[in-house]
Amino acid sequence: MNRHYVNPLLHQERVRAITRRHFLGKATKSFGAAALAGLLNDGFMSQAMAQDAVLRQATHFAPKAKRIIYLHMAGSPPHHDLFDYKPLLNQRNGEVAPQECYAKRSAFVKPSAKILGTPFDFERVGKSGAWMSNLIPHLKTVADDLCIVKSMHTTQFNHAPAQLFLFTGHFLQGRPSMGSWLTYGLGSESKNLPAFMVLISGGKSPDAGGAAFGSGFLPSVHAGVQCRSEGDPILYVTDPQGMDRQTRRHTIDAINAINQDQADEFGDPETLTRIEQYELAFRMQTSVPEVMDISHESADMLEMYGAKPGEESFANNCLLARRLSESGVRFVQLFDWGWDVHGTGPGDDLMNKLPLKCRETDRPIAALIKDLKRRGLLDETLVVWSGEFGRTVMNEERNKAGYKGRDHHPNCFTIFMAGGGVKAGAVIGETDEWGAHVVDNPIDVHDLQASILYLMGVDHKRLTYRFQGRDYRLTDVHGNVKHELFA
Amino acid sequence: MNCRNHLLVGFLACGALAGLLLPTRMHREPASQHSPVQARAQVTPVKALAGTQAESLKPIDYAREVLPILSNQCFHCHGPDQDSKEAKAAGFRLDKRKEAVDFEMIIPGKADKSPVIARVTTSNNKLRMPPLDSGKPQLTGEQVATLKRWIDQGAEYSEHWAFVKPQKPELPEVKDKAWPSNGIDYFVLAGLEKNGLEPNAPADRHRLIRRLYLDLIGLPPTPEQAEAFASDPSPDAYAKVVDELLSSPRYGEHWARQWLDKARYADSQGFAEDRPRTMWRYRDWVIQAYNRDMPFDRFTLEQIAGDLLPDPTMDQLIATGFHRNTMTNTEGGTDDEEFRVAAVIDRVNTTMEVWMGITMNCVQCHSHKYDPIYHDEYYQFFAFFNQSQDSDRHDDAPFIKAPLPDQPAELEKLRRQVDQATQALKQAGQQPFVLPKDKKAKPEVEPTPEQKRLLDAQKKFEDFNSRIPNALVMRDLPEDKRRETYVFKGGSFLSPDKEHGVVEPGVPAVFHKMPADAPRNRLGLAQWLVAQDNPLTSRVQVNRIWELIWGVGLVDTGVDFGFQGSYPHDKALLDWLAYTYQHDLAWSTKSLIRLIVTSSAYRQSALHTELKQEIDPYNRLMSRGPRVRLSAEQVRDQALTIAGILKLDRIGGPSVTPYLPDGVIGQSFSGVKQRESSGADLYRRGVYTYWQRGAHYASFAVFDAPSRDVCTSMRSRTNTPLQAFVTLNDRVYVEAAQMLARRIMAEAGSDPPARLKRGIALTLQRDATATELAALGKVYEQSLAGYRADPDSANAMAVGPAGPLPEGMDVAQAAAMTVVSNVLLNLDELINKP
Repeated sequence: MNRHYVNPLLHQERVRAITRRHFLGKATKSFGAAALAGLLNDGFMSQAMAQDAVLRQATHFAPKAKRIIYLHMAGSPPHHDLFDYKPLLNQRNGEVAPQECYAKRSAFVKPSAKILGTPFDFERVGKSGAWMSNLIPHLKTVADDLCIVKSMHTTQFNHAPAQLFLFTGHFLQGRPSMGSWLTYGLGSESKNLPAFMVLISGGKSPDAGGAAFGSGFLPSVHAGVQCRSEGDPILYVTDPQGMDRQTRRHTIDAINAINQDQADEFGDPETLTRIEQYELAFRMQTSVPEVMDISHESADMLEMYGAKPGEESFANNCLLARRLSESGVRFVQLFDWGWDVHGTGPGDDLMNKLPLKCRETDRPIAALIKDLKRRGLLDETLVVWSGEFGRTVMNEERNKAGYKGRDHHPNCFTIFMAGGGVKAGAVIGETDEWGAHVVDNPIDVHDLQASILYLMGVDHKRLTYRFQGRDYRLTDVHGNVKHELFA
Repeated sequence: MNCRNHLLVGFLACGALAGLLLPTRMHREPASQHSPVQARAQVTPVKALAGTQAESLKPIDYAREVLPILSNQCFHCHGPDQDSKEAKAAGFRLDKRKEAVDFEMIIPGKADKSPVIARVTTSNNKLRMPPLDSGKPQLTGEQVATLKRWIDQGAEYSEHWAFVKPQKPELPEVKDKAWPSNGIDYFVLAGLEKNGLEPNAPADRHRLIRRLYLDLIGLPPTPEQAEAFASDPSPDAYAKVVDELLSSPRYGEHWARQWLDKARYADSQGFAEDRPRTMWRYRDWVIQAYNRDMPFDRFTLEQIAGDLLPDPTMDQLIATGFHRNTMTNTEGGTDDEEFRVAAVIDRVNTTMEVWMGITMNCVQCHSHKYDPIYHDEYYQFFAFFNQSQDSDRHDDAPFIKAPLPDQPAELEKLRRQVDQATQALKQAGQQPFVLPKDKKAKPEVEPTPEQKRLLDAQKKFEDFNSRIPNALVMRDLPEDKRRETYVFKGGSFLSPDKEHGVVEPGVPAVFHKMPADAPRNRLGLAQWLVAQDNPLTSRVQVNRIWELIWGVGLVDTGVDFGFQGSYPHDKALLDWLAYTYQHDLAWSTKSLIRLIVTSSAYRQSALHTELKQEIDPYNRLMSRGPRVRLSAEQVRDQALTIAGILKLDRIGGPSVTPYLPDGVIGQSFSGVKQRESSGADLYRRGVYTYWQRGAHYASFAVFDAPSRDVCTSMRSRTNTPLQAFVTLNDRVYVEAAQMLARRIMAEAGSDPPARLKRGIALTLQRDATATELAALGKVYEQSLAGYRADPDSANAMAVGPAGPLPEGMDVAQAAAMTVVSNVLLNLDELINKP
């Protein structure tokens, strides 16, 4: 044999030494901390030691929130009918709307559309005296926990681009979503669950589809893991029919024994990672169905949320969000479809559909906030509620439909936040007398993203990823942290 | 010159501080901004930090050492983009020597007197560069030392390495003359010798042949094929297999996959509605082009401008589908012009990324921050693609009917039958039957036999005609309807810069000129991309092929050969390959692949040692064979192959939808749901799987297949528990395990150890080890005992999706062997190239 060749046998012991060290989690010295961070980022989680290392690397400020629950009302609720009360619309109801009511671009509404006063009663609530309509009685009871922002605005006026803009910072597909950025930056808190999980209700996915919770150009391990109400709670988590848990344990043991042998022979660190991932998969097969099973919650708890085990509902998802968050899932993203109240018929109008959507969501959201507070979790959990844009002053009356409804409107919309370091019982920003444009303290989508990252201890300018030769970030090249939102 | 004065005042204020080293500032880099691979690159030079005298005299290499620092930390404000507010505040450029020297920011030969050095080292936070709030990392002591050394040596700039045409370097001297098999090996071995490493021994022949099969055709060999090679003593045994695999139709199916990622090929339009689109004729064109080994220059011309070639064939028109894979937004109320422009922008960015390895994305909005590419040049490039007829229409027009080879004759036959029936009707003196407008309504009178014959013939013709597939194509607007192209201010199509005037098609001035005789349209552009003068296309392409085989490119940043990209690990090897590919091999991709896989470097064992982990952890020196995780498609194709159920009887055709998980809610706004295929279509290769952008095949997504919304030059390779779920529990893999179990039992007699050996042979194409037999034997016995006691579970495990067992097969044994097969399909060695 040529003298330059390495004799595999001579190296066997050294390879064993490396792999053993690696397996014991003492790899820092020989692999370097950065590589270790890479290993962690390639799995949901790893040893606590490695997690801390990554956390230290990525947080730039002392975090105020540890976890986020984002409640997205896909389709976009009408701000005029829930939070942004404008008596002028009722005074001039039915008149042709002046030009100042229009946004630069909208989807369907015609010129010379008529002003639509809100058909709902409003009252001032809580210490901030925030206006809320009678469609959301339960939210009124937690008004003192809410930070209501009336001066949000966006550049997009169609659902998919606006949702992408809100969650990825860009209106086209292909960029990582907020949850992906955060798990990429902060890693995972849970040993048995993914860091970013998604729950969907309303019978349909958000318009932007998986891209609204996708990992874009970040490794796919950072994508939101969708929990499903039908079939497996997480795709393929359930063993095949005819295989019991003990047999699954035996198979994992066999796979890992052979893989360990392979690692010993070839010394590829990836093989060791795979061994850990199979152990984790085995644990998740228990932890995921457990956390997703709400049937053991007390009757009072189910009643408070309006949750019913076995259903696909927003109420169930709110309760699940609390359970996941409590188990250390860093970013829980809820999407609830059905808020696109154009008024083309009774299925999407203000008088039937909107009250229905409010009934489905009002109680569970209030329950979620109360529940978190009672458990002492609200301080470290940021709850965000939003659509992707606002809706018009005018009645859309598409095809002379004869129903009440509003078209898309990007220039202003209302969102609220609670817990996680935001000002409680506050109303931020103001719109003009029509509720058509922001007049005070405008906050755009990138500002919101920068502020949410700030609350999680992350500087939006420094959480970057090199792709296609550019350092990308969630806020693109924009965004200012809005300190007035914070407590 | 206010700006300059201000800067000079700044300089005077901090002059006294020049040369002072700041205490190291904690800079927290986001976790893995660079992959671990890149992180290592940053770590390595730290060892060389000792600032000895000898060190400072070492001649500086501007391109490799200085430019990355300037580009990363300075050019954002002191670079080509002079319109940004940062650049206006900055006042001068550091990417141009004359400016930096004229402004007296760099004093050649005098680093200690150069304000540039003072500003990056001062402890005065107001003067510190890069500004503390810029988000840019501060310079390390080592980087400062490099800048000083460069200025002291005269602060010479050189042209960016990748913008200079590659020459064919001489093969380097190596000590071990026996090892090299071809040119590649001289470079590899020289690199290893320089780093004090030795190559690994050749891989054992069983593993080597499996590696080769997976790399060339994407599928594993049969145990018999592996054995035949292992026991073939002839010196050309390996070369014979290489040739055989390169001429297999499976080669094109495998190699098309990666190109389809770049072409962002999908079967749906994308965006909210994500409606289906018929595009598979383009996919099949790519497969055929690879199988015929179409030279890369031709491959380029046909895809970028096939429609502009003289008398284009149907295939050449289909090829232009490359740029029709852009997304179409059919959501109600969207502005078609906005998304037409988005598609054109995508074409600009994709073209530059795929061929030139240059990122243009940022130039949409402003001049490049790093590379010398200017805002108006972006729109000159944009102008090439701005005459395409497509305009975000729901029907994806323009498209052509693209019949398969046998379809025109059949259509003609049916047309003749219509003609004959029409003639017969005329001769009978009858009028054609008029069908009622309401298709469901019963006609008042029955058609005559002659009329009926015509109706039947017409229906047959129309049915057949509607089954002829479409292909989306590029087609330019007629001369009199051409669009005018303007610079978009801030990148927004709503803000065309009319003052700047109409922009004509052209290429950025920093690159080679367009060939003099090239037309100023897409055809000319394509000719420019493959011109002899182009310094980039061949480098980018060989780097890509290298990366696909080795898992790591010779340039880490395969998508960025610009200033921000990384310097090649072995520039001489990259240039040698690029030159060889373009000239000696005349752009033959098969020849390039043959060259790589017949090198000694490729044939090394994948053995990873402690020494190599220290010196070459990511195998950039090619100190061992490439052990890389398989692609999503390969993981599935392989499992089906081993189980004996992969269907390979035809190439191409409409996309198919293998098993879908239960309870997947409609993923797109339009509610279009995929329909699961049936029969043989469940078992076709992954390259034929229906690719819906909004909800692409779940198990592929888990194994890092991109959504293909936009061009993806390189997939990531993750290692997650969700992948374990797929190969353990997805119906595809459960069925494969059941079929593999039956195959093992049918082929290996009744002796359990013989069956387990056969299992390893079918899976890994080698002999089983004692550990493997022990582990598999244990799980088999454990399972068998359980299933003997529980016939219902045994039946569920053995039968499941695969259907009833063959006559006479023992259910409990089959169930236990299915469990064993489930283990086999999850082995690390299987999911990786060995």
